[in-house]
Amino acid sequence: MVKKEMIAMLLAGGQGSRLGVLTAHVAKPAVAFGGKYRIIDFPLSNCINSGIDTVGVLTQYRHLRLNTHIGIGIPWDLDRNYGGVTLLPPYEGSENADWYSGTANAIFQNLEYIESYNPEYVLILGGDHIYKMDYEVMLDFHKSRKADITIACMPVPWEEASRFGVVVADEQGHIKEFEEKPEKPSSNLASMGIYIFNWPILREALLTLKDQPGCDFGMHVIPYVHENTHNCYAYEFNGYWKDVGTLGSYWESNMELIDIIPEFNLYEEFWKIYTNNDMITPLYFADGSKVDRCIVGEGSEIYGEVYNSVIGSGVVIDEGTVVRDSIVMSGTHIGKNCRIDKGIVAENVEIGDDVIFSVGEYAESALNPKVYAFDLVTVAENSTIPSGVKIGKNTAIVGKTDAADYPDGLLASGQAIVKAGEM
Amino acid sequence: MKAVGIVLAGGSNNRMGQLSKKRAVAAMPVAGSYRCIDFVLSNMSNSHIQKVAVLTQYNSRSLNEHLNSSKWWDFGRKQGGLYVLTPFITEENSSWYMGTADSIYQNLDFLRRCHEPYVIITSGDCVYKMDYEKILDYHVQTKADITVAVKDMTDASEDIHRFGIIRMAEDGRITNFEEKPLIAQTNTVSIGVYVIRRRLLIELIQKAHEENRNDFVQDILVRYKDVKKIFAYKHEGYWQNISTIDSYYQTNMDFLKRDVREYFFRDYPNVYSKIEDLPPAKFNPGSKIKNALISSGCIVNGEVQNSILFKKVYVGNNCVIKNSIILNDVYIGDNTVIENCIVESRDTIRANSSYIGEAGKVNIVVEKSDRYIL
Repeated sequence: MVKKEMIAMLLAGGQGSRLGVLTAHVAKPAVAFGGKYRIIDFPLSNCINSGIDTVGVLTQYRHLRLNTHIGIGIPWDLDRNYGGVTLLPPYEGSENADWYSGTANAIFQNLEYIESYNPEYVLILGGDHIYKMDYEVMLDFHKSRKADITIACMPVPWEEASRFGVVVADEQGHIKEFEEKPEKPSSNLASMGIYIFNWPILREALLTLKDQPGCDFGMHVIPYVHENTHNCYAYEFNGYWKDVGTLGSYWESNMELIDIIPEFNLYEEFWKIYTNNDMITPLYFADGSKVDRCIVGEGSEIYGEVYNSVIGSGVVIDEGTVVRDSIVMSGTHIGKNCRIDKGIVAENVEIGDDVIFSVGEYAESALNPKVYAFDLVTVAENSTIPSGVKIGKNTAIVGKTDAADYPDGLLASGQAIVKAGEM
Repeated sequence: MKAVGIVLAGGSNNRMGQLSKKRAVAAMPVAGSYRCIDFVLSNMSNSHIQKVAVLTQYNSRSLNEHLNSSKWWDFGRKQGGLYVLTPFITEENSSWYMGTADSIYQNLDFLRRCHEPYVIITSGDCVYKMDYEKILDYHVQTKADITVAVKDMTDASEDIHRFGIIRMAEDGRITNFEEKPLIAQTNTVSIGVYVIRRRLLIELIQKAHEENRNDFVQDILVRYKDVKKIFAYKHEGYWQNISTIDSYYQTNMDFLKRDVREYFFRDYPNVYSKIEDLPPAKFNPGSKIKNALISSGCIVNGEVQNSILFKKVYVGNNCVIKNSIILNDVYIGDNTVIENCIVESRDTIRANSSYIGEAGKVNIVVEKSDRYIL
């Protein structure tokens, strides 16, 4: 009988609503990162680099971009005769037609997929973190402890521990207690949302909990297994791991890539990060251009100045424009004599001439103060910004805007323009 | 699927000097991210030619490495594919390819087993975009025996004596074909693209072999020019042959022009190449870039002007690089000056060194590297 030792299930169905307008049209795992990549490239590359060649990607929210990005998995060498990458959206059965109501529920609805590979272990991954990790080392740990579940954990600052699920473990990594987003955490060892399960244990738990509404790994499955077997272990990971859940942390972790020797180094020869890019041409800097502390993707043409920025592939920045402390994603065109400060400009945006970002004083967001709480101008993909307008701090723009959308040529700080039908 | 493609990429070339020591001309890196053969392979793929044979012989390791998978040019298909044909020993024959016609002769079985009615013969050392379907249509329409793609070389600085010179009648029929003549009668040159019926090609190649003739141009095109109907097809777009150091340097420098970049990099159809998954280029404080092409995987700390950095080049602090081409994976130590040079791939340039060539006569820099020997 066919058999895979370990297969991975990658949860990529969430919207990531705290990324605001960046996820208006795409799921969070498909959001661009670091010039040429998308967030999901990191776990997918980790899988193939760890020798895992069978990956199920669970999609639900706006999965068109994910589907076209992943395709049959060629960029990650995941196009296999047996195994490879499979996209698993929710489906209709003869008796039921349910959306994925929670992380564990999504896996439950795809039991058949897992069973067809008859694995010994199942690796559960999230699709929204930036890190390099050898899952094979984690599996060795799992085997050596004869664990039922191994949870990858990392120490976080105590004041942040209450945002995570934390574990209390002994020196061997044996987990004594498991707390989900505790008010007073008794440990600072946070779960990274990466689990290795013995397949029979996971299967049994999913079947038992199948009627649990919104069945979730952190809330239901892990506490259930922990109570039953007390055989869960924590695998401590001390490398770079970044949750890019908010606009602030997304901007920050992009900016970390341009440090002289970045903590997260993309230039290492081994452990390459793969992505699906159709742009392979070199990038061009014109005579009058200036550049300092940047990474710039393939095929971009820079006629202006770029400082402290992450620029994607195929971006055109015209003469006289200064881009500073910003993220500009692939395919965007910025006109002449603009000042782009502290902006996150998503893919294929068209910005006219003489546009000025980040004018005036900071103001609380009128759109959603929980999401937009940073000093950033966020422009959604495929948007248009007309020539000559000024844009305040902590603002958001979605859709094809024209001069009439900017009273007195200004979008005041804290304000947003969302064109009808765009969100 | 009316035609099968042949790419002649086997010849050695002493006009490339030290640059061809490591590789065949077809494998020369071009325009930052490509190899020369990418252009012809992409043309084939974009012209819906699905079965392509690459004939290699001289220094083929680097070329074979580049062609290790056919998927980059979309040839990894059930119908068709990419065939790399190197010389092999049989009971009757144990010699290398003795010429272009002989290289086809030694692989005649490949052609016999094809079912496509036409063959498009090209070479691997030219940079251009061309829709081979159009020349094939022209070939069928003119009822020619052989069609040769030609181009009028209008640039006076171009040394056209290294090409085949063509004189054609008004209806397109070729009246004279001279290979590398001392005095060129016209400025129309053959660009090394030929269309011919497969059965006719097999017949002519076999005949040439029986007469101990081995060169496709001399022994078939020139020899049969009055017997067979040979037509010329004018190619209007950009075309360059890179098989001398000068033309190699110039062709690369052409990519600093916006219209050339637009034509090759942005306009449909695309040119494909092997994907190497390198990170975006990184520019640290101190970098000054003026009129330069930088490829992925580069890390720049110094000054780069009117130059092309190929993939994975490291430029140290306070370096000045002017009018130069730095090939793949070169490490340049701090405070180094490089002007009017072509730096061979995988070189390690020590700090505080200086390499200065003359404008119009570039220096080839080959530094043996001990970086990889550990």
